[in-house]
Amino acid sequence: MSGNGQKWVGKAVPRKEEERLLRGLGKFADDIKLHETLYLRFVRSPYAHAKIANISTAEAEKIPGVVCTLTGAEIASQTQPFIEIAPDAGGKIRDYPLAVSKVRYQGEPVAAVVAMSAAIADDGAEAVQVDYEALDPVVDAEQALTDASILHEDAGTNKVWNGVFEYGDVEKAFREAASVVEIDRMHFHRFSSTPLENNVVIGQWDPKDERIYYWCNNSFPSFAIQFLAAHLNVHIDRIRVQTFDIGGSFGIKITSYPQMAVCALASKKAGGRPIKWVETRSEHMTSSAHGNERTFRDTRVALDENGVITALTSRHIDDCGAYPRYEPLGCVIWSQVFPGVYRFKNARIDFSQAVTNKCPVGPNRGYSRMQHLWFLERVVDICAHELGIPADEMRLRNYIRPQEFPYTTPNGCVYDSGNYPKMLDLAKGLIGWDAWKKKQAEARKQGRMVGIGIGTTLDSGTNNFGQSQIVNPGAPFSGNSQGANCKLDIYGEVVVAVGSCPQGQGHETTAAQVVADVLNITPDLVTVRTGFDTERNVHTGFSGTYASQFAVSGLSAVHGAAQKLKAEMIRLGAHVLESKPEDLDFGIGGQGPEIRSKSNGKSINYWGLANIVNVNSAVLPPELYEVTLNCRYIWRAPFKVPDIKKKYGNLTMTYASQLHIAVVEVDRDTLIPKILDYVAIDDCGTVINPPIVEGQVYGATAHGIGAALLENCVYDEVGNMLTSTFSDYIPITAMNMPNVKYGHIETPSPHSYSGAKGMGEGGAAPIHTISAALQDALFDKGVFIQDSFNNADSLFRALHGEIGQTAKLVKVERRVGSKA
Amino acid sequence: MPETIDKVAIQLKVNGKLYSLAVEPRTLLVELLREELNLTGTHVGCDTTYCGACTVLLNGASVKSCTMFAVQADGAEILTVEGLAKDGKLHPIQKAFGDSYGLQCGYCTPGLMLSTFQLVTKNHEPSENEIRKAIAGNTCRCTGYQNIFKAIRLAAQNMKGA
Ligand code: FES
Ligand code: FES
Repeated sequence: MSGNGQKWVGKAVPRKEEERLLRGLGKFADDIKLHETLYLRFVRSPYAHAKIANISTAEAEKIPGVVCTLTGAEIASQTQPFIEIAPDAGGKIRDYPLAVSKVRYQGEPVAAVVAMSAAIADDGAEAVQVDYEALDPVVDAEQALTDASILHEDAGTNKVWNGVFEYGDVEKAFREAASVVEIDRMHFHRFSSTPLENNVVIGQWDPKDERIYYWCNNSFPSFAIQFLAAHLNVHIDRIRVQTFDIGGSFGIKITSYPQMAVCALASKKAGGRPIKWVETRSEHMTSSAHGNERTFRDTRVALDENGVITALTSRHIDDCGAYPRYEPLGCVIWSQVFPGVYRFKNARIDFSQAVTNKCPVGPNRGYSRMQHLWFLERVVDICAHELGIPADEMRLRNYIRPQEFPYTTPNGCVYDSGNYPKMLDLAKGLIGWDAWKKKQAEARKQGRMVGIGIGTTLDSGTNNFGQSQIVNPGAPFSGNSQGANCKLDIYGEVVVAVGSCPQGQGHETTAAQVVADVLNITPDLVTVRTGFDTERNVHTGFSGTYASQFAVSGLSAVHGAAQKLKAEMIRLGAHVLESKPEDLDFGIGGQGPEIRSKSNGKSINYWGLANIVNVNSAVLPPELYEVTLNCRYIWRAPFKVPDIKKKYGNLTMTYASQLHIAVVEVDRDTLIPKILDYVAIDDCGTVINPPIVEGQVYGATAHGIGAALLENCVYDEVGNMLTSTFSDYIPITAMNMPNVKYGHIETPSPHSYSGAKGMGEGGAAPIHTISAALQDALFDKGVFIQDSFNNADSLFRALHGEIGQTAKLVKVERRVGSKA
Repeated sequence: MPETIDKVAIQLKVNGKLYSLAVEPRTLLVELLREELNLTGTHVGCDTTYCGACTVLLNGASVKSCTMFAVQADGAEILTVEGLAKDGKLHPIQKAFGDSYGLQCGYCTPGLMLSTFQLVTKNHEPSENEIRKAIAGNTCRCTGYQNIFKAIRLAAQNMKGA
């Protein structure tokens, strides 16, 4: 019998997804063509902040082929505003999928035109007349907090959330500090990981059964249907969402539910015909979602005589754009990594979030944690420099020690496992640290600006949604779960369905590996259903693909379902083969996958088992009637609701870690930063499929390098977005992506059944690393890298004393007893 | 805008098959391929000729089909991703991308493979720089390009024997 105990988890199993994708036969949302489809275009605001005085759709409706139009006022009259996660005042915001009486960011949709073809819909959108009365735009979050110009009158303030996170004894730590470092202002810029496939929605409100059908590429459908059902006043079971192949999301496609709402309402108005909306890249850039922008103010750091950080205080202002939408979850999600990889116990962070006249933000790869982790890495490097401690040494003194895991952070999160010093060692070895240090010294003698930077970061995966109660005590969410179904189909095929909706992460492959191991068969014998479908009934309210969790939540669900199926197969097999359950073996025989009795040599293949249950059930004894060979399993994360008052509790199950080192040179003539060498070390616990993990690391590295040096969502002072096309935004290409040296260690997680940790977001390690390297290159020029985005222009201004002057922005107070 | 737009008759060969069609002058080549011929393996990722998701071969040269009108392809021979495999067997370039884990979501892959096609049919030992240049106009948001570089090197090797 083959299938002889070979394990597939941990192997470089080729991806099951490849076959169709390589042939151009992937099924992406825009590839779907339904009978009688109509096409929708949005009319969008050219203003960042303006009153809508009048909308006239009459001319558009005269165009042959235009079927109907929709405006915000019309939508508001038949729907509820979207649910707000924020408590008051943010909770009072009235958010509709089309602007109702005013627009709040450039690109905000104000009307929609539905037509027989996409081209006619374009013509129609151009014919819609909108009169605006411009209002004062607010593009800066700190300015927004002054409430000089209010975005949402219903809220009465631009501050949508504020909370203080305080742990330990901060005052005492500052009193006893050997030195105190103060940093005036730092800023994490706005960017977006911009999946190559734009958002696509096909929506149909079918009058025949009064159900709403979606064929789309939303990446968190369980969340979308909760928002849509409440907004559209329909029973949630009336909404069916299907996704297929998705051309990347990186979190951005979580927030396509407003467009989904418009497509349903347009379909209703058009008599139930399917409505297709395919976003253009410019629409995606101006009005899908960007990552959170954050400003860090008045940071104070207390250190002991060895340069060990003992306390930190700071004020953080997050900019969520015009509507909070998925926010203010980001106001707590960063605290999953409150101390980063460091041991300090005392800290106070005052966190606010403001609305501004810019595109709403959404969960972008590294969501909310990367901003904070970048901040901590900047703090560590600046303190190291000011105290004269080498950057690597500073980290070793401050890292959580390998023997301290599982480590409880000051705010009650439990870091499952890790070994940061070992990663640092490995990274230094791979990049040739000592050799580069020598080369750097020589280069500096010649006046060249070469820097070496370290970035240590975390990718926290599998959220405890109970953290939503820290931002809003009334939020009805906690814990986390995922569903899966594993069955023998009527002819005995092994079929698995999961509640995730992958976008290239290889879920079909890894799910098949897990099932193959449980049943002792090969992954090619396991069919994994692609995409998401509410009708499969394997989803929970948390299902989707986001937040680095599939290896834990998704595969735990798959594993649970496979084991349930196996248990049923054993019960049935024992009866059929007249054998004791413990005498049964699973494997592959002459007639495919089978169960065989070790005691009497009899066997039955999967077809035989499925046959009995499905079409030959008269042979089943009544005591086996409950065997269905169709097993649904819901995996639940063992979380508790956090202590809301103290903002204390375990917020995440696993903590994958990354350590990157970059060598960067700033060209003396052009000031263009160039990466000379790059290494990325990853630890995501037990690896399920090594090349898939490696691929995720490369992808996250490219996003981070792009964000650090090329990709920036730029707005001018009146809220015009200046980077509204790919040609202006410049996503990283093969020309500017360096070769990456990859290495990994494995510290198995005690929190997941397999030892795996969720991964994929990558903690934005390159942003921290490149900032550190640039800082190292420019410290002796008196330049302080205070922004996460740096290019020739900003470096020019820094080198010419306009911005980022260390002398002005960083202060050090040394007290008696300070050795450093 | 005109009430009715006169269609223009064109003829072109796509993946070896001859088509005679009437198209609106404003129809882009990529729209023709995707909407009229149902060849949905060619994708669209941008609106400024940046991303290369729409790359096809036109008379042997890689072009961005979003930046050409269908009428400009009158008389041309076009190869799209659907035409790469022969008799059901993957083309050496497709094999190389698969074997090298050169794709994740796969949205960029058809365009990348066709840019690769143009490079490796002529050059079986491309340098790193030649590889990077060949796909400078193809954006991939998932892979960070590392495995694509590997895939192209392997494709070039595969083509030696082919
Ligand atoms: S779609 Fe043609 S270059 Fe982007
Ligand atoms: S594999 Fe997703 S864009 Fe390249």
